[in-house]
Amino acid sequence: MTLSIFLIVSAALFCVGLLAALSRRHAIFILIGIEMMLAAANLNFIAFWRFGPQSPYPTGVMVAIFSIAIAAAEAAVGLAMVIAIYRHFRTTNVDQLNRLKG
Amino acid sequence: MPIIGALLILGFGKHARLTAALVAVLGQIVALTMSICAFVPTLHVHGFRSVQNFTWFTFGDQPLRIGFMLDPLAAAMMLMITFVGLWIFVFSIGYMAEDKNFSRFFAYLSFFSGAMLGVVVANSLLLLFVSWELVGLASYLLIGFWIDRPSAAAAAKKAFITTRVGDMGFFLGILCLYHHAGTLLFYDGGRGCLEPAALSTIGSSVTLVALLIFCGAVGKSGQFPLHVWLPDAMEGPTPVSALIHAATMVAAGVFLVARVYPIFSVGAINGVTSSLAVVVWIGVITGLMAALIAVAQSDIKRILAYSTVSQLGLMMVSLGVGGVAAGIMHLLAHGFFKALLFLGAGSVIHGLHHEQDIRKMGGLRKLMPVTFATYAIGMMALSGVPFFFSGAWTKEEILHATSHWPSSHVPYYLLLLGVILTALYMTRQVMYVFFGNSRGHASEAHEGPSVMTIPLIVLAICAVAFSVFLTPAWPWLESYLTGHTAEFDSHLLIQPMVFVSLVLAGAGIAIGVWFYRRAGEVDPLQQKQPAVFRFLENKMWIDEIYGRTIIALAALAARVSDWMDRYIWDGLVRGIGRVGQLFGAITAGTDEGVINAGVDETTDGARGFGRVMSRLHSGQIQIYLGAVALGMLALLLFYAWLI
Repeated sequence: MTLSIFLIVSAALFCVGLLAALSRRHAIFILIGIEMMLAAANLNFIAFWRFGPQSPYPTGVMVAIFSIAIAAAEAAVGLAMVIAIYRHFRTTNVDQLNRLKG
Repeated sequence: MPIIGALLILGFGKHARLTAALVAVLGQIVALTMSICAFVPTLHVHGFRSVQNFTWFTFGDQPLRIGFMLDPLAAAMMLMITFVGLWIFVFSIGYMAEDKNFSRFFAYLSFFSGAMLGVVVANSLLLLFVSWELVGLASYLLIGFWIDRPSAAAAAKKAFITTRVGDMGFFLGILCLYHHAGTLLFYDGGRGCLEPAALSTIGSSVTLVALLIFCGAVGKSGQFPLHVWLPDAMEGPTPVSALIHAATMVAAGVFLVARVYPIFSVGAINGVTSSLAVVVWIGVITGLMAALIAVAQSDIKRILAYSTVSQLGLMMVSLGVGGVAAGIMHLLAHGFFKALLFLGAGSVIHGLHHEQDIRKMGGLRKLMPVTFATYAIGMMALSGVPFFFSGAWTKEEILHATSHWPSSHVPYYLLLLGVILTALYMTRQVMYVFFGNSRGHASEAHEGPSVMTIPLIVLAICAVAFSVFLTPAWPWLESYLTGHTAEFDSHLLIQPMVFVSLVLAGAGIAIGVWFYRRAGEVDPLQQKQPAVFRFLENKMWIDEIYGRTIIALAALAARVSDWMDRYIWDGLVRGIGRVGQLFGAITAGTDEGVINAGVDETTDGARGFGRVMSRLHSGQIQIYLGAVALGMLALLLFYAWLI
């Protein structure tokens, strides 16, 4: 197992997540894409911790755990916003949410 | 004094006719009494001269001093002016009775009288010049008094302009004199310009100064070549002619020469200087020429006008040959009898309801006896019938002085001829007007009211009485004027000169009576010598010559100036205006095209930019997200490139 394999996988995962966030119409699907991007970043952290200088501290693991916690909170907030928007606009199609157009 | 009267009359307006006349006459009487009061002390002292100078204003440190003076010459002139003026004023009350500008007439008359007195009493050449100009102005107003007559207005203009030409010379003379002598006062306790100290500083230009001042006299007194205004000035009312052209204004020229006589006679060799010679010759030419023209005139006043010109020439000759006293005496006597003649003519004109052509008069001897008698007296005085009539004595004196002129005897002979002609034309006039059968409307003539006849009688008496003062047997007046002592000498009563003048006057009268005895509508001279008559009748064509040359020149100059003004100067002004307009157009264009367009372009650009920018704000989340991702990628690459 080399480092580069992990990096490639993490990059691929990030791009898939980005693609999903940019090209799907449903708001929740965008949130899924954002989660995937976060997961990719996590993977990157762990990879660099594992293959980096050996240290007694579990630095990478701690960062990953923080990151997961924050992702969860963010997902909650995002879902709450989607529900609020749905209540107002009666749609989850982000193409139709262009009131900020100027 | 009379100037105050003039102002008062003008203030009263034109309806207070009687008041106007009264104020004028009163003014004259007051002036007369003042003249008499002034005259008396001059009788006692020989060579009397009283001077009062004061400073008018100061140029920095140069005071301008003027003053009044009183000496025998001034006192005698004042007496004559006020006395003759008074009777002329009285006469005018009758003559101008039907005229509606009555008050204005008396205002002008008073103004004239005041100005003339100013000329006489002035001690400063400047004050004299100011009064001189005022006299000229008054004469313009009076000659053109009947303002609705274009010939009167033209005559007034001609008078003013002609005298102005003379006055230009006069003014140049004053300037020249001031430049050399430093003062314009005549007598100033030794520093005046007529006193020896100043005369010597004038030096060699004294002839020039004298001649320039003489120009003024030539214009005002109607000497050749500036005499052309006098006959035309007969357009004014007859009292005006009497006052101005007989007694006073034309006399001002002679008075001027007498007054500045010391300037003329500087450096005299045997009593002859070049400036005096000029005076003599001009006087002779004038005297003879005017007498010749007078023989052929047919307007009663024009004959008298030319007679005045002729007599003035005579006076100039007298002054020129050194007989200053004789000339002034003749001036005073002439004042009396010429005014008398003019007033008589006025009476005739008034009686015939303003008919002035003598060929249409006749036989007035019986119809207007008072006028005839007084006129005859005046005529005899003018012709020089001796012993009883004043004109004779003075003429004799003049002839006497002229015959002794060392420079030439020609003036003397010409003057003798002039005397004959004088008698001739006066007789002609009297024959035409008073004798013979009535021609035309003459049979309707009537004598004037007593306001008109009384002055005639008074002046006639004066003309006779004055002769008492003038006899050479008792040269009182001469001594009075020149300051020598007098003695009574009965030898001088009969002199060879008396016979000469008697013969001449008698010859003139005899020729006149014989020639014009049966004169009809057409003048006998005209019948016998038509060419000569026409030449003389048309005033020797002098007016026409002037008209062709000088006036044409002036008209040409005026037209050229007008053209220049219209096209050149006006064009220049308009051109500058156009430049300004061009400027304005350029500025406006710049403002419109450049600035406005620039601003418009800028705003359009901004709007376009905004439009472009607003497309980015699509409001779509995914677009924003895409932008973030792109930005991040760019950063990454940049980072990688850096490392």
